[in-house]
Amino acid sequence: MPRPIGRELLRVQVNGEERELLVRPYATLLEVLREELRLSGTKHGCELGECGACTVLVDGLPQLSCLLLPAQVEGAAITTIEGLADGAALHAVQRAFVERGGLQCGYCTPGMVLAAKALLDANPTPTRQEIKEALAGNLCRCTGYASILDAVEEAARLLS
Amino acid sequence: MRRAGELHVVGRALPRVEAAAKVTGSIAYADDIELPGMLSCKLLRSHHAYARIISVDTSAARAMPGVVAVITGHDLPVKYGIMPTCEDELALEHEKVRFVGDPVAAVAAVNEETALAACRAIRVDYEPLEAVGSIEQALVPPDDEPIHDYAGPANVHRLAALEFGDVDAGFAKAAHVREDVFFFEGNTHLPMEQHSATAQVVGGKVTLWSSTQDPHYVHRALSKVLGLPMGELRVVAAPHGGGFGGKCDPFSHEIAVCKLALMTGRPVKCTLTREEVFYTHRGRHPVLMWVRTGVDDDGRILAMHFRSALDGGAYGSYGPASTLYTGALQTTTYAIPAYRFEGVRVFTNKAPCGPKRGHGTPQPRFALEVHLDKLAGELGLDPVELRRRNYVKPFTRTVNWLRITSCGLSEVTDRVLEASGYEQRLRRPGHGMGFAVSSYMCGAGLPIYWNRLPHSECVLNVGRGGVTLLSGATEIGQGSDTVLATIVAEELGLGPGDIRLVTGDTGLTPVDLGSYSSRVTFMAGNAAREAGAKMRALLVKAVAEKEGCAAGEVRVAGGRIGVMSFEEAALLAEERFGTLSTRGSYTPPEGIGGRYKGAGVGPSPAYSYSAAVVDLDADERSGEIRVNKVWLGHDIGRSINELAARGQVEGGVYMGLGEALMEAQAYRDGLLRQPSMLDYKSLTFLDMPEVETILVETVDPEGPYGAKEVGQGPLLPVIPAVVSALHDALGVWVDEVPITPDKVVRVLSARSKGKEPRYGPKGFPEVPYPALVKVAPPDAATASL
Ligand code: FES
Ligand code: FES
Repeated sequence: MPRPIGRELLRVQVNGEERELLVRPYATLLEVLREELRLSGTKHGCELGECGACTVLVDGLPQLSCLLLPAQVEGAAITTIEGLADGAALHAVQRAFVERGGLQCGYCTPGMVLAAKALLDANPTPTRQEIKEALAGNLCRCTGYASILDAVEEAARLLS
Repeated sequence: MRRAGELHVVGRALPRVEAAAKVTGSIAYADDIELPGMLSCKLLRSHHAYARIISVDTSAARAMPGVVAVITGHDLPVKYGIMPTCEDELALEHEKVRFVGDPVAAVAAVNEETALAACRAIRVDYEPLEAVGSIEQALVPPDDEPIHDYAGPANVHRLAALEFGDVDAGFAKAAHVREDVFFFEGNTHLPMEQHSATAQVVGGKVTLWSSTQDPHYVHRALSKVLGLPMGELRVVAAPHGGGFGGKCDPFSHEIAVCKLALMTGRPVKCTLTREEVFYTHRGRHPVLMWVRTGVDDDGRILAMHFRSALDGGAYGSYGPASTLYTGALQTTTYAIPAYRFEGVRVFTNKAPCGPKRGHGTPQPRFALEVHLDKLAGELGLDPVELRRRNYVKPFTRTVNWLRITSCGLSEVTDRVLEASGYEQRLRRPGHGMGFAVSSYMCGAGLPIYWNRLPHSECVLNVGRGGVTLLSGATEIGQGSDTVLATIVAEELGLGPGDIRLVTGDTGLTPVDLGSYSSRVTFMAGNAAREAGAKMRALLVKAVAEKEGCAAGEVRVAGGRIGVMSFEEAALLAEERFGTLSTRGSYTPPEGIGGRYKGAGVGPSPAYSYSAAVVDLDADERSGEIRVNKVWLGHDIGRSINELAARGQVEGGVYMGLGEALMEAQAYRDGLLRQPSMLDYKSLTFLDMPEVETILVETVDPEGPYGAKEVGQGPLLPVIPAVVSALHDALGVWVDEVPITPDKVVRVLSARSKGKEPRYGPKGFPEVPYPALVKVAPPDAATASL
């Protein structure tokens, strides 16, 4: 039987909204987002830090939410895929993925889009090699990565 | 049939219809479903490869707070399986377990954590049995009892022995005969989404949402195991995070959540962990192959004898079909006048194998293409030229009675050779290029169980709510929704985004066998086209009557039906004809295959054709292979959406490279070596080379707008082309995939010691094949269509 462990207060900003939550201290950020906040756009492929599907932005940097504990994100600003669009208007990275066919089943897409956004924030004109390096931790089984590469290049153009 | 210039949306590179939902995270996959009062389910799995179950004690688990129900095999005692000839699975085993990961019990609890703790509290007493770990071991009588009691001899599951034409006479006439042996290590689908299923019972009726590729077959299995009429069960294919064939069987977790929901009256969800996905498997069979071919002085094939031995793992799954597929499609690329196939599938104590992209055909394609390369070398013939001399012709019938219609084999060959410069390649140390071709089906010609239903049906409704297509096809990422919406849009003069889709729901949509065997574009596409054409005729008729013109004068395009907007025309037509609902259906034509036992596997209404050139560098010291570029030519008939089609080619090349270079579901001492995404190697962004996709449109006479498949075919030639390119680079043959660096290093060191520069299996085991079923090939008149 699981030993009851008390819940702890977690204060975070998620997609621009301040949140105060009582969470299990050993719950992962992935679980907090999906199960407590019902933000199911963040995906999981392994929950062991091996696939990148659970990527979110923590203070603007791409992080694997399946490897983060509440104590590590206390006070942080988190962006999930649900928070990327500006209201009904898709973010340029999202638009580029749509137009360039940067997705098939779409399961890796939230993580891929957020990792790409973080790259373009840091480096608005990446080379193809730089894109590959930045996204090498995000696995995709459908696309063969080619259309994702096109999409990120297109997003860089849209943003410039 | 309308010509290309008259098509408005078909063939364009438009975004996928569901793309916006996928980039915003608003689409709900199976594990994203949340229902009030929902319970979590976890399965307890065997940690023995092979053992008898003495007892299962669930009392401690049941007593735990938060545990709502616990079930064992006694609660679900009905056997099932995707194929009627081998219904050998129980949702939960209660007599014996046959692989590490075989489910034994299921718990429903208030949350996942409690369900897991309860699973750990279940006591199972096992009596271990001697596990069977290899094809060779499975062929000899076991020390303990055989894994299943319905097959045999030893642990043989299935045998096949077919002969078309006089093979001995063909070999007797041959100027050259060559034999080779190959091994293809199995691998798994590794979909990014882990399987998940949620069941809810309302008013005694069960609804199951699942990440399945074919709700039709899950529906059937549920009805059988739960003992409920089909009408009380509804199976919905949830938006899908990747299948590749791995979500085609009915699974334990799907059945368990239904049973638990019926018992508890609460919704129940089960999502597999990544490790469980590896054990659930149903992936590519490991296959040992032996091939012998006789040719005349010009390299024309006179006879071929192909043997395969498949390691099936612990259960039947699609095994009988998988076995026959290892022998069926050799003839759809090469005109083989006399052909013998002998196949065997064995049971071993490993996770069950099943269908993966290309189902049963990538293994023999690898063997056949590499074998032909070696044959060409022996004859001093250019390997491309040897192939060309043996290519099948369009509109002919193969020796095993498969009907070939449109065939772009020569075109895809010309196009990849030209684009890659293969024939003028410059030699530099460690660099090589390889070429191979292949062919794949556009949907299986026969359903998995015998029935006379159409293979695809659909209903198209037009009303104030817009245009809605109801189809049982399932979007698994391959672009099913986009293809169907594009076809309906083409018929109605709309855009694909104007079509609302209701798909893969056995409660709402008419029959469709599902997303496997590359059948959606051809079969569901033809059904959608028929429904669309009928709807178009109604709208045109209403407008023509009103305007007093001939139907032929009413132009349908750009959201207009003649002088009216689509909405006005729809209103007018509904006033005139009542509810606007049309139907379409597709049944493969008669006579596309033979009439012998085993003829059910291989026939298809059309075949796609692919050719690949692979360019690579290999490092002699480390054995590492760096693929620089792949050119892939694919005869798609006609592309319905160019963006999606190219994506399928790129994804197929990616998966083929993974299988050629690193992916393996392999075992050590009965244990799966790599049940995690870190240990199971797959290509990352950094490993993936550039792909140049060349789509060739042969406009198939029966495909919708001439379209054929693209989801599976492009994977097939990539694997042998890598092997061939490695030989071109280093002068060694690796006759076993994946070609990991250690194999390259070993073959090079063997060569440096003066041994044969080859890595691969040494021989093929003795198999108790039955007497050959001799089938007369089609006569000359039947052989050309
Ligand atoms: S789920 Fe976090 S890396 Fe796979
Ligand atoms: S689109 Fe399916 S995993 Fe990337």
